[in-house]
Amino acid sequence: MEPLLLFPDPAPPPLAQALDMGGYPWKAASSAQMADRIEPDDGWSGAIVCADADPDAAFALCRALRKRDVPLAPLLLVVDLEQLDELELREDLFDDFCVVAWKGRELEARLAHLFWRTGRGTRPDLVEYGPLVLNLETYQAALSGRPMDLTYMEYELLKFLATHPGKVFTRETLLSRVWGYEYYGGARTVDVHIRRLRAKLGEEQANLISTVRSVGYRFGQGRWGA
Amino acid sequence: MPVERQQDYVLRTVEERGVRFVQLWFTDVLGRPKSFQITPAELENALQEGMTFDGSTIDGFSRVQESDVLAMPDAKTFQLLPYLAEGAPVARVVCDVVNLDGSSFEGDPRHVLRRALERARGLGFSFFVAPELEYFYFSPPANGTEGVAPVPLDRGSYFDLTINDLSSELRRETVLTLEDMGIPVEYSQHEDAPSQHEIDLRYTDAMTMADTVMTVRMVVKEIAASHGVMATFMPKPLPGVQGSGMHTHMSLFDADNNAFYGDADEYSLSPVARQFIAGVLTHARELTAVTNQWVNSYKRLIVGYEAPVYISWARNNRSALVRVPPTKKGKRDSTRIEYRAPDSAANPYLAFAAVLAAGLTGIEKGYELPEEAAANLYELSPAQRLAEGIEALPGSLSEAVEAMERSELMAEILGEHVFEWFVRNKRAEWADYKAEVTAFEWRRYLTSL
Repeated sequence: MEPLLLFPDPAPPPLAQALDMGGYPWKAASSAQMADRIEPDDGWSGAIVCADADPDAAFALCRALRKRDVPLAPLLLVVDLEQLDELELREDLFDDFCVVAWKGRELEARLAHLFWRTGRGTRPDLVEYGPLVLNLETYQAALSGRPMDLTYMEYELLKFLATHPGKVFTRETLLSRVWGYEYYGGARTVDVHIRRLRAKLGEEQANLISTVRSVGYRFGQGRWGA
Repeated sequence: MPVERQQDYVLRTVEERGVRFVQLWFTDVLGRPKSFQITPAELENALQEGMTFDGSTIDGFSRVQESDVLAMPDAKTFQLLPYLAEGAPVARVVCDVVNLDGSSFEGDPRHVLRRALERARGLGFSFFVAPELEYFYFSPPANGTEGVAPVPLDRGSYFDLTINDLSSELRRETVLTLEDMGIPVEYSQHEDAPSQHEIDLRYTDAMTMADTVMTVRMVVKEIAASHGVMATFMPKPLPGVQGSGMHTHMSLFDADNNAFYGDADEYSLSPVARQFIAGVLTHARELTAVTNQWVNSYKRLIVGYEAPVYISWARNNRSALVRVPPTKKGKRDSTRIEYRAPDSAANPYLAFAAVLAAGLTGIEKGYELPEEAAANLYELSPAQRLAEGIEALPGSLSEAVEAMERSELMAEILGEHVFEWFVRNKRAEWADYKAEVTAFEWRRYLTSL
C-alpha cells in the first residue's frame, strides 16, 4: 500500500511506532509544500495530522489537502481534549479524529475503518492473540505495543504457535514444521527455544505458551479452558 | 529453514526497527571477542558474500600466505542488543570465519567446535552444556595503577542479601538484560569472595552456548562499565579467596533420550556416561591448557578453594574434577556431569570442543571408569594419592602446555593450525612470565637475603 502522510515532521515517536507495528508505511512532512514534493507517484493513501502541538499549521495543512483537485482522504486528525471545541465548523477538514493518549489498537481500528469506508488500502497480515501482535509481512512481533527482540527461529516458532492457538503440538511436530529438517539439537532444541520465548514474553505473558505434560506445547487456551 | 528467508528476516528487522549499526562478532583463538560494525546499507551484501578483513591482525588467525579472510554472518544468531539500545538500536550477528574460496578457516574457534559436534553427531549424539560463570566486580583501576591489586566493591558473603549493594544491583540488571535477549538464567548469586558473582545459564546446544558465553561476558562488562565499575573474568584476581571458575554441566542426548541416564546403575549413570567420564579423566591433563589457558589460571587450581586439583570423579565432593550432581528420582533428563576445571576466561568454543572430544574418545574406546573418589581429596597425603593412583592436574601453564603438546587427541581436535599457534603463543606467555620479578619475591627475599 502507498504510504500515509504524517504531520508534523519528525513524526511523534509513539505514532510512528504504532504505524510501524501495524504495518502501515508512512512519510512525514512539515508543510503542504513538502507534502506535495515528497508525494509518492501513486499518491498518498491517506493522512494523519497531529494538531496538538501546532494547531494553526495543522489546520492549514488539512485545508490545503482538502482543496486539492481530488481532496485527500481519509484524513485522521489527532487533537488534545481541550481542542475539541476547535473542531466546530472544521468538520470538512477531517474524516475522523483521535484524542491524545490514544492507544495503538484504537488508532489501527480507526484507520482500518476509514480505509474500509473509502475503499482504499489493504490490511497487512496480522496475527493477534491477547496482547501479542505478529505482523507477518514485516516479521515483527509486539507485546502490548512493545516490540519484541526475537531471533529468526524464535520468531518462526512463535508465529507457528500463534497461528494455531489452542492446539497441542509435540516437539517432533514443531521441529519438522518450524525447523523443517533434522536439526542438531533434536527435539531438545524445541524446549530451549520455548524457554527463550517465555523469557522474552516476560513473567506476565510467559504462560501464553503452556507445557502439556508428556505431550508437548500449546499456545493460548485450549478449547475447553486451561 | 531456507537461508534466504533468514536473511530476509534480518534485513526486514533492521529496517523495521530502525537499526543503525550491526556488529559482526567473531572470536580469536584465545577467546577474546572481536567485532566490526557495519551499517544497514552494507548488511545485505555482508549476509550474502561476507565481509573481507585482514586475518593477520587477529591472534591466532595469521598465516604464511593469504592473510585475508571473510566474516560470514550466521543469520540465525541475529539479535538486538538491548543494553546499547538508547535511541539508536544496535544489533549483533555472530560470524563464521571462512577463506576467500568459501571453505572453513581452520583458525576459527567456531569451526573447531563445529567439527567436534560433527564427531558427536557421527556417534548419534547431540551435546548440551550449561556453564556457571563466575566473575568479580572491582573499582576501575585509576591511571597509573596498572599492576596494583584490584579493589572489591563490597564485603558481602555467601547468600548475603544486602540492600543497596551496588554489585548485586549490577548483577540483577545484567540478568534482566540477558533474559530480554532470550538468554535464560537458571540461577544467579553472590559468591564466596568479596565482589564475586555467579550467573548460571540454562542448558542449550554447545554451539549456541559458546556464542552465549561470549555474549554474557560482553553484557556483564558493558553493564558494569556503564555504572563506572569494572567486571573481570580473570581466573584468580585476588590471593586468599576463591577464583572464578566456569563449572560446565554436560550431557549427551541420543535423539530424545538422555544418553547419560541409566536406570540399572546406582548413580543413574549409563555405560555411555561412565565411558564419557573416563575419557574426560584420562585426557584431563592434555586439555587443561585449553580450559585453563592463562598463567593466572593455575593460581585458581590450588588446594583449598573449591577448585579441582586432582583427577578424580565423585557424586558429592566438590574437590573432585568431575562431579555427578545428584538428581531427583525419575528426572532422567537432568542426569549430567559437571566438569569443574574450566575458568571463566577460557575460550568457550575450544573448551567445549576439547572436553567433548575427550569424552567421546572414552566412548569410542570403551574406557573403564575408576572408582569414585571417597574422601576429600585435599586431605589425602601424597603417599595415599599415589596408592590410589590419583594424578594431579598440571600445576602451571608450562606443565599444561607440555601435556598438550604430547597429545594426539588435542592436535586432532584443535586442528594443526590452532594447535601449533596455541602451543607457540602459550610458550611465549610462560617465557614472559618467567622473566618477571614479582611482589612476592621482593617481599620474601629483598631484605632477608
